[in-house]
Amino acid sequence: MIGLQHYLFVSAVLFALGVFGIFLNRKNVIIILMAIELILLSVNINFVAFSAYLGDLVGQVFAMFVLTVAAGEAAIGLAILVIYFRGRGTIAVDDINRMKG
Amino acid sequence: MIQTIAFYLFATLVIASAALTIVARNPVHSVLWLILSFFNAAGLMVLVGAEFIAMLLVIVYVGAVAVLFLFVVMMLDIDFAELRAGYAQYLPFGVLLVLVLSAEMIFAVSAWSAGGIALSASVAPVPEGVPNIEALGTLIYTRYLFIFEGAGLVLLVAMIGAIVLTHRTRSGTRPQNVSQQVKRRPQDAVRKIDQPVGQGMDL
Repeated sequence: MIGLQHYLFVSAVLFALGVFGIFLNRKNVIIILMAIELILLSVNINFVAFSAYLGDLVGQVFAMFVLTVAAGEAAIGLAILVIYFRGRGTIAVDDINRMKG
Repeated sequence: MIQTIAFYLFATLVIASAALTIVARNPVHSVLWLILSFFNAAGLMVLVGAEFIAMLLVIVYVGAVAVLFLFVVMMLDIDFAELRAGYAQYLPFGVLLVLVLSAEMIFAVSAWSAGGIALSASVAPVPEGVPNIEALGTLIYTRYLFIFEGAGLVLLVAMIGAIVLTHRTRSGTRPQNVSQQVKRRPQDAVRKIDQPVGQGMDL
């Protein structure tokens, strides 16, 4: 029988893989954005699993909002990536210091 | 029985394709593995009866986000081999951090299954005999209406932001100027003359 723990375990592994992806591809911002999508996906799995097992629909409503924010974040992130590439001709992000912040 | 097999199939595939997403050499392959991962996560959600979120995942993630990624990866001319330099440099620290993170999360899950903390009463119980999408729609359009509108605003801001960020005015092109065309009157454009025969004409 599949319990909530199984879902939580899958989601934990997915989250860890997402974090690992950020560390592994520190220069390639496209893969970093994909890793962030994986992290948000694991959060969504958590929300939906808890929603189903506790019999409460609010988790699914909130998962929808996480989905919205993930879509917006991907759009804005890729737009910033495109203008950064236009300006510098590369997407290596480990040495961004244009704004001297 | 078939539920268990389906769960393990989807769970294995979602984890395997997520791992391949972050280690694939070619970013196009990364995006394709990401798509597979989203599909299998949608399968996991169907298994617990959250059909609407599962379909939303396929439509939004696979249909929009992954295609956007694919578009950007293919549009930009990037030397990906150069970006992989220093790949092993961050590996030990990353492995350490991930091990600590996983240990913490598994510890939390075990603590939760050993009794856990008492949760408050259910906020919006799942109604009996109502399809998932209907129950969710009733909730979204009544109690969470304003938050739902807020989510729409987030998307609007993201859309306008992406357009403003990537829009550029090119020099050297001659686009149509609609307001100038509309402003043009016949007396500015047409001249009536009584032209005598056999003489040249002023233009």
